[in-house]
Amino acid sequence: MNEKLQPVVDALTQRFDAQVSEFRGQVRLLLSREHIVAAATALRDEFGFEMLTEQTAVDYWPQESPRFHIVYGFTSWQHNLRILLRVPLPGDDPVVPTLENVYPNANWHERELWDMFGIRVDGHSDLRRILMPHDWVGHPLRKDYPLGYEEVQFSFNHEEIQVRKPQPKD
Amino acid sequence: MGLEQKLGDMGFVTVRLEEAVNWARTNAMWPMLFGLACCAIEMMAAQASNYDLSRFGMELMRASPRQSDLMIVAGRVTRKMAPVLRRLYDQMPEPKWVISMGDCASTGGVFNNYAVVQGVDEVVPVDVYVAGCPPRPEALIHGIITLHEKVKGEKLVKWA
Amino acid sequence: MRTPVILEDGMSNVTLSAVSLDEIKHLVSDRAIEGETVLLNMGPQHPSTHGVLRLLLELDGETIVNCVPDIGFLHTGVEKNMEAKRYLQAEVMTDRLDYLNTMGNNLVYCLAVEKLVDLDVPPRAQAIRVIMTELQRIASHLVWLATHALDLGAMSVFLYCFRERENILDIMEMVSGQRMMTTYFRPGGLWRDVPVGFEEAVRQFLRLFPARIEQYEDLLTNNPIFIDRTKGIGVLSKEDALAWGLTGPIIRGSGIPYDLRKVQPYSGYEQYDFDVPTREEGDVYARYLVRMEEMRQSLRIIRQALDGLPYGPVRSNNRKFVPPPRSEIGTSMEALIHHFKIWTDGFPAPKNSVFISVESPRGELGVYLEGDGGNKPYRVHFRTPSFVNLQALPMLSKGHLVADLVGIIGSIDIVLGDVDR
Repeated sequence: MNEKLQPVVDALTQRFDAQVSEFRGQVRLLLSREHIVAAATALRDEFGFEMLTEQTAVDYWPQESPRFHIVYGFTSWQHNLRILLRVPLPGDDPVVPTLENVYPNANWHERELWDMFGIRVDGHSDLRRILMPHDWVGHPLRKDYPLGYEEVQFSFNHEEIQVRKPQPKD
Repeated sequence: MGLEQKLGDMGFVTVRLEEAVNWARTNAMWPMLFGLACCAIEMMAAQASNYDLSRFGMELMRASPRQSDLMIVAGRVTRKMAPVLRRLYDQMPEPKWVISMGDCASTGGVFNNYAVVQGVDEVVPVDVYVAGCPPRPEALIHGIITLHEKVKGEKLVKWA
Repeated sequence: MRTPVILEDGMSNVTLSAVSLDEIKHLVSDRAIEGETVLLNMGPQHPSTHGVLRLLLELDGETIVNCVPDIGFLHTGVEKNMEAKRYLQAEVMTDRLDYLNTMGNNLVYCLAVEKLVDLDVPPRAQAIRVIMTELQRIASHLVWLATHALDLGAMSVFLYCFRERENILDIMEMVSGQRMMTTYFRPGGLWRDVPVGFEEAVRQFLRLFPARIEQYEDLLTNNPIFIDRTKGIGVLSKEDALAWGLTGPIIRGSGIPYDLRKVQPYSGYEQYDFDVPTREEGDVYARYLVRMEEMRQSLRIIRQALDGLPYGPVRSNNRKFVPPPRSEIGTSMEALIHHFKIWTDGFPAPKNSVFISVESPRGELGVYLEGDGGNKPYRVHFRTPSFVNLQALPMLSKGHLVADLVGIIGSIDIVLGDVDR
């Protein structure tokens, strides 16, 4: 682990009861959703992490608790540091508080979380779908959502599929 | 049309109406300035200095569908874009043609998933398919010339 | 999921369902509801939005009061689709994200896979990767310059830029067989070594291009019309740039020398001597100057990498992840087994995750890659620079004229495939 990152990790583990893990030199902290806003504020104001670089989620379906992990990536330009935070969420209540008031660019990232994973973001100013059409049903990046594909036509099933396919006029 | 041989001292020429109209249509076919994804960059390259699409009377890319004859669907069509694409097609005046440029527009390409329409022919009728991911500018030009040949063969009865 | 319904004329049902005003009421000012300001739709089919970007503009006369971007018209489902493919198969999807930076997308994905499975890359492969990504950066900046200048009314720049871009595409075709979607980098190295004539082709480009940059600069840098259209437009302060997480030329145009090639070097960028150009003004013109200087710096990197190009293999020797060379298959049973295993079953990756980012022409391109012990990625997420940078558009465009919006969009240099993934 980077020496400069050590005080940050120590402070967050103490204050927010976070669990530290490391893989190939990258540090990540697992903490609960109650603490994420406070942790992000501390990272920005005390430790100089100016940028929210990344915010995404992972779905561990069919596992239910926790079903989702939200991954936050913070970058400090002045200290040249990077840290990942992970927040587990239960499948029956996927709600996470917004980071919009700490990092304004969380806005679109969180809309994407809602659109792609159906994770509701508490206190978000504009929680609409961002990538899919606004009347779309379902959240595509969830693991229980089918990829959706079209059957490939071969000579033995050509006729059968041809009937089902939408056809161009004339 | 062999205009030179037929043109005598009399100052007029006889030609079949079909041929004259089809000649006019092929030589001033204005494409719509409408790019979707990667293929749009190759379409721009076809317009630019090295390939120079204007040799075929297609240099005037019109941004408005009301002024264009040809829609080049350049790139993957998503479920969100499909209604927009259909509306643009409906706004184009007759006669109009569609070139499906690239694998994604023709068949969905490598993206066989929830978001991409598996071939733009589910949304609009296509005249010429151009293969490639993305097609080279030469391939697009070949597709356009193929369309020209198709248009030159159109019959009067079909115009109605 | 919206299922296609077949209409009478045989077409899919593609009705355009409207968004009611109530749904977007909170995005526009009260004056729009009372009818004092005008709501104008720009895009998704518009020549100057650089793709299928839709903007909802609230205008007071010609002045922009508010600008609400609507993205997703090119949402391709790449991330979901990659989960259904093996690590090697998934790589072809990365090309099509940011189609002006295909080599860079391949690079970040390969770096992530290499980090996840702990794979080494030989020095020759790293140097060639640097050469190709820098050429790609120049090609991408050329398309940016061409379209940006075209939007502002300078048609001839477009023709010049595409002329030089073809030279780079020829080099890419030479090494990979494809002009744009190269998939040339593979986890553990390259697809194959560069062909004979590669070095001469790159040197030819290096000789030619510096004069061409001068040509573009002659056309634009002191052009009074161009300056009028760009100076003082879309000003971005240092604090805003950091708070909004912007990266790339846009943040360097605001005076922050944040370049991942310098601060967190990858692929051997620490060996090369280059500058990170910055400007203090933070307007459209400053971003233009930064990108022009970046092209020169890229040339410097390419020249150094080409001069010091080491000899040796271009693929890792780790047979568990990298297929053996063709010549070995005929003589070694083990090589044949490895070849068969890799191309039929792929390779497993540990149940853990990595986050890798590189400097793309547009900013920080990151990939979050998670394995589950199997041969397919469990989750791939691309942190794309255009997505993050586009968020700043409403802030940058407020108070400017509609005509200037086109210049501001151009100066952010978005690629919609990169925004929507």
